[in-house]
Amino acid sequence: MTDAELMAFVVNEVELLDRQAYEEWLALFAEDAHYWMPLSHGQTDARLQPSLMYEDTLLLKVRIERLKGARTFSQQPASRGHHLIQQPVVRARDDAAGLYTLRHAFHYVEARGDAQQLFAGWATHTLKRTPAGLRIVLKRVDLLNCDAAHGNIQLFM
Amino acid sequence: MSRTASQYTTRAAVAALVRDAEVHKDLFISDEVFQLEMQHLFGNTWVYVGHESQVPKPGDYITTTVGKQPLVLVRRTDGGLALLYNRCAHKGVKVVNENAGHTGRFFRCPYHAWAYDLDGPLRAIPLKKGYDGGTFEQCEAHQGMVPVGALHSHRGFVFGRLAREGESFEAYFGDSLSTLSNMVDRSPQGQLEVAGPPLRYLHHCNWKMLVDNQTDTCHPMVAHESSAGTAVAVWKAAPEGTPKPMAVELFAPFVSPYEFFENMGIRVFQNGHGHTGVADSIHAAYSPVPGYWEQMQAAYGEERAWQILGEVRHNTIYFPHVMVKGPIQTLRVFKPLAANQTLVESWAFRLVGAPDLLLERTHMYNRLINAPTSVVGHDDHEVYERSQQGLHSQGSDWVNVGRLYVADEHGKTNLTTNGTSELQMRAQYRAWLKYTTMTMED
Repeated sequence: MTDAELMAFVVNEVELLDRQAYEEWLALFAEDAHYWMPLSHGQTDARLQPSLMYEDTLLLKVRIERLKGARTFSQQPASRGHHLIQQPVVRARDDAAGLYTLRHAFHYVEARGDAQQLFAGWATHTLKRTPAGLRIVLKRVDLLNCDAAHGNIQLFM
Repeated sequence: MSRTASQYTTRAAVAALVRDAEVHKDLFISDEVFQLEMQHLFGNTWVYVGHESQVPKPGDYITTTVGKQPLVLVRRTDGGLALLYNRCAHKGVKVVNENAGHTGRFFRCPYHAWAYDLDGPLRAIPLKKGYDGGTFEQCEAHQGMVPVGALHSHRGFVFGRLAREGESFEAYFGDSLSTLSNMVDRSPQGQLEVAGPPLRYLHHCNWKMLVDNQTDTCHPMVAHESSAGTAVAVWKAAPEGTPKPMAVELFAPFVSPYEFFENMGIRVFQNGHGHTGVADSIHAAYSPVPGYWEQMQAAYGEERAWQILGEVRHNTIYFPHVMVKGPIQTLRVFKPLAANQTLVESWAFRLVGAPDLLLERTHMYNRLINAPTSVVGHDDHEVYERSQQGLHSQGSDWVNVGRLYVADEHGKTNLTTNGTSELQMRAQYRAWLKYTTMTMED
């Protein structure tokens, strides 16, 4: 697996989010994967410390299904998301085990109606090689102001 | 018609805002009413400020606000607690600025290094001789950092009252303290610890909408159809025999039928305190956590342990603006920032000595329901925001709280009734009127 292939995977993952191609996006996650948004800087424990999000694929699917619901009033009107990302850097690789870690800095804008919010942070992807291709084991999103009082964050970063 | 500014200068004018089964929209949208709340309601009531586990050692402090007042809760050198206005006696600077920290043996202002003992008295001023001559002793600054009117800790939960005179802690809360006690008793060691920083969620609505929502049992199956309802639908598609995930166990009861909420009951104490979930609740059917029952039985004996865990209260309101869930160990504070802005802090507690799985469940519940990233939170926030906007309508002036109103309900305490009654909301508004007008001019 070349660095270029790994980086392209991450760039594509973010593009799918901005296109709101959520089913396609979710298919990039391994069955036992998690999407993690810590509440504290340098947080090491997702289970016994509070987080903004720590979701398995079932919970991610619930979110995706909910966004489409006719009675999802917080999406009337619907939100839109936009990422501006730095080139991902391969931070660790274990070719024998097929495990790779990439990290990139991002700016993310979420807009709904007349309101628009800007977030900044870093995303860390742990990827694994599978017979079906690369899959996400963990996507960790560290917000610059993870501990600030936020309004609604309705989509994925 | 919306009323104009400087309308609410007398008790009678404020009293006219609360009727038997409806309250005026100005309770939610008027800046003038908001200022009255900050001055009187949050001045006269006992307000939660923090938990003792946040300040274990002398010099440890946390900062918070009661109404608009910046406060600091500190562990004193003698092991007791002090609750001071976070304001230097000199120029008014907030002496400490972190949510939590350690100040050592004294407070020191960052502007001119005026120093204070941990319970407030002025300890030292650099170049002190500049204040010689007798005048300084006549100045207000001489009194140092000022403590609030009263402070009380109930089994680790610390409350303060700004007013020097007022009701005692026990008279104010009465039997409602049983919810906090039950949460503590759920630890086999009878001890709780705050488990990390709170989830902080900024709401664009009046704080009382959130308080009302806590005992509003006719909204979950409607507003949360999109979140909890979808969770149930997605789960149904799982292959037969898949173990039910914790998240589904937490979500699913939200979309129970009306009948479930009617039967779970509601109990109203005095002064606006009360709780949903008397006979049953959405927290009653969680899977047992391995090893926990044995620990509880060993600590308390079978009968008492059964009693403690059999108490499945849903949401307990500690008027004016705190909600506690004993069976899932969370506490939420709905901090008013403006008539149309509220900061919600949702805290998780660890049952000291209990299995970690219980804390894992507490954190999961808290982030699934109370985080700014929570789909359940999005459902609720949407309707609050729409209310905040809709209430400006000139078409109607009143918010209805009349469900299952009965004429002889006034003034009754320890009253248990149908779980879909809005009695608890009405009791909150009667308490609101009592404490808001208590110190107003006639």
